[in-house]
Amino acid sequence: MPDQPVREALTETLAHQVLGRLADVEGPYFGEFGGRFVPEALIAALDELETAYRKALGDPAFTDELARLHREYTGRPSPLTEVPRFAEHCGGAEAGHRVFLKREDLNHTGSHKINNVLGQALLVKRMGKTRVIAETGAGQHGVATATAAALLDLECVVYMGEEDTQRQALNVARMRLLGAEVVPVTIGSRTLKDAINEALRDWVANVESTHYLLGTVTGPHPFPEMVREFHRIIGEEAREQILERTGRLPDAVAACVGGGSNALGIFNAFLDDEGVSLHGFEAGGEGIESGRHAARFSGGAPGVLHGARSYLLQDDDGQTLPSHSVSAGLDYPSVGPAHSWLHDLGRATYEPVTDDEAMEAFRLLCRTEGIIPAIESAHALAGALRLGREAAEAGRTGQVILVNLSGRGDKDVATAARWFGLLDEDQTDATPEGDQ
Amino acid sequence: MSTTTDTSPAAMSTTGARLDALRAEGRAALVGYLPAGFPDVERSIEAVLAAVDAGADVVEIGVPYTDPVMDGPVIQRAAEAALAAGTRVRDVLRVVEAVAEHSGGRVPALVMTYWNPVLRYGVDAFARDLAAAGGAGLITPDLIPDEGGDWIAASQEHGLDRVFLVAPSSTPERLALTARASRGFVYAASTMGVTGTRDQVGDRAEQLVADTRAAGADHVCVGLGVSSGAQAAEVGRFADGVIVGSALVRPLLADRPWADRLDALRATVADLADGVRRARGGPGAGT
Repeated sequence: MPDQPVREALTETLAHQVLGRLADVEGPYFGEFGGRFVPEALIAALDELETAYRKALGDPAFTDELARLHREYTGRPSPLTEVPRFAEHCGGAEAGHRVFLKREDLNHTGSHKINNVLGQALLVKRMGKTRVIAETGAGQHGVATATAAALLDLECVVYMGEEDTQRQALNVARMRLLGAEVVPVTIGSRTLKDAINEALRDWVANVESTHYLLGTVTGPHPFPEMVREFHRIIGEEAREQILERTGRLPDAVAACVGGGSNALGIFNAFLDDEGVSLHGFEAGGEGIESGRHAARFSGGAPGVLHGARSYLLQDDDGQTLPSHSVSAGLDYPSVGPAHSWLHDLGRATYEPVTDDEAMEAFRLLCRTEGIIPAIESAHALAGALRLGREAAEAGRTGQVILVNLSGRGDKDVATAARWFGLLDEDQTDATPEGDQ
Repeated sequence: MSTTTDTSPAAMSTTGARLDALRAEGRAALVGYLPAGFPDVERSIEAVLAAVDAGADVVEIGVPYTDPVMDGPVIQRAAEAALAAGTRVRDVLRVVEAVAEHSGGRVPALVMTYWNPVLRYGVDAFARDLAAAGGAGLITPDLIPDEGGDWIAASQEHGLDRVFLVAPSSTPERLALTARASRGFVYAASTMGVTGTRDQVGDRAEQLVADTRAAGADHVCVGLGVSSGAQAAEVGRFADGVIVGSALVRPLLADRPWADRLDALRATVADLADGVRRARGGPGAGT
């Protein structure tokens, strides 16, 4: 039988998780997910980071500076755009649904990534470190990190799978223009997962001078909680904006889920609003049955990768399985532990969206609203179409659906052009290999 | 989670007993790492037995894993090849069994593994099967005691050693926590970094060993960066064991006939074994 104080502490923790606000749950664990499955060599740095981050969030000097950057540099608050022509396709015009996009695509650097990057980069300055490293898949997080490093005068090294450096050559050039060193990773599957491995190896060796500026709500504690805190502004703004515009909360919130930072950022503000249903859309790739997907909740099981316990694509031996998606940003075999927790709690649902469905939604938003979304975000749009259709079929009309448009599609133009056969043959040849 | 160490005779650590015996001989142990399944399971058994015959006192059998974040390029390449050759987690137990049989239980065989393969196998099931194969315990580079409640319970249950790591960045509190949770020895990372050969073993290693002992560890072995007999002699002066990995794997990666690669491995092990034998006699002898 545990000691009395231990039991009290345990009860308190459980009570907090059960009765406290879901939006404020602190790491290292989200239910049975999360933790710190990393080499001991990193523990001191993670402790230092946790201390610095908690102190910073309570320090107006930090929060004011971050708020100023959001306002003057990133361009926050990002607008909320109603998309009526797109909404007509959500269960048909007669369903009368209203769809609103949270425009994270309009942020500086073109996605939500900048929210987290600026927060962490300011922390790096406070910790007195001079060098940041980052992983990137499609290049969005790498570009955002290179941007913040230029702004705050930090040395920056970005690890990127060799495959990805070839299919995202323009983003490699962008990072180099911003002064970052881009290191192609040539081991393993040569994609995002291997870039993270290489960044972790660098961090272990250089942890005294270096901060690992992790780009999503994965990794060892405190990253999942800290990155959520830096992105919670998405949901907080959106909640206020939609109340102002519609006079009520949305019926459903949709977001794409790779690591899950944009989804957690927008979900967080609604976690404790019982009437709001939350929907994460994963990369279904070529379909779950094809085995070529990144649908951790449909095709994975709990396991440990990159420092956290969460749902994971793995084989019977616990070896990580390769993921697949038309969108590099969703092409990751694990997912943030908070999403695994919300999934098991039943607070959010997670469904796969195939490459075909995502590209169809991509095309639809371009044609109906004049907005070219990132292919990642197109998964959320496809999810909204599905939600609208399902609501209409169930006889629910006039639903308000909020979609996080997490990024813009400039980076995806070559992929989309090839997908839809928009290029002449000689132009196709001149295009870099697809970012699939 | 319990970090209490059972000190009853029945729970005597296999590896700890071996290190004590060598300490009585006035020398440190040579702890050799080789990955299971490289280049295939049968030849990996040949390699491990060759290392034992050439003078490895304790062996670490690596479980090849897709995401080895604590390993440098040499061990990564071997792990990748082992997986490509179809090596399964259960094959590791065959290698362990071969060492136990070959050495008549004299050479403790530890398994070095990242955590997810064990989680997937089932922590208790893996402990049970490892004990049945004659294995001594586990070295867990990405499992800290804080997350190791299930493993600590299973290793107690099956009488297995659990080797956790400490690093130059570990605080005194964490050294104490890790020393208390470990059984067999504590693995001291000589330097901040991943596996791989280095010209110099970190100068923080000696201090880290001293600090880890002061924090309560009975045995401390040093790994990361040791590749030569001279380095083994230097580390063997102050540590209970000298852990060598990449330097043993490298000759096996060479583009030469297998028999020649085995000869090169034997020569490397012999040089290192010689190193640990001439380590003491200078300052630190008899610790």
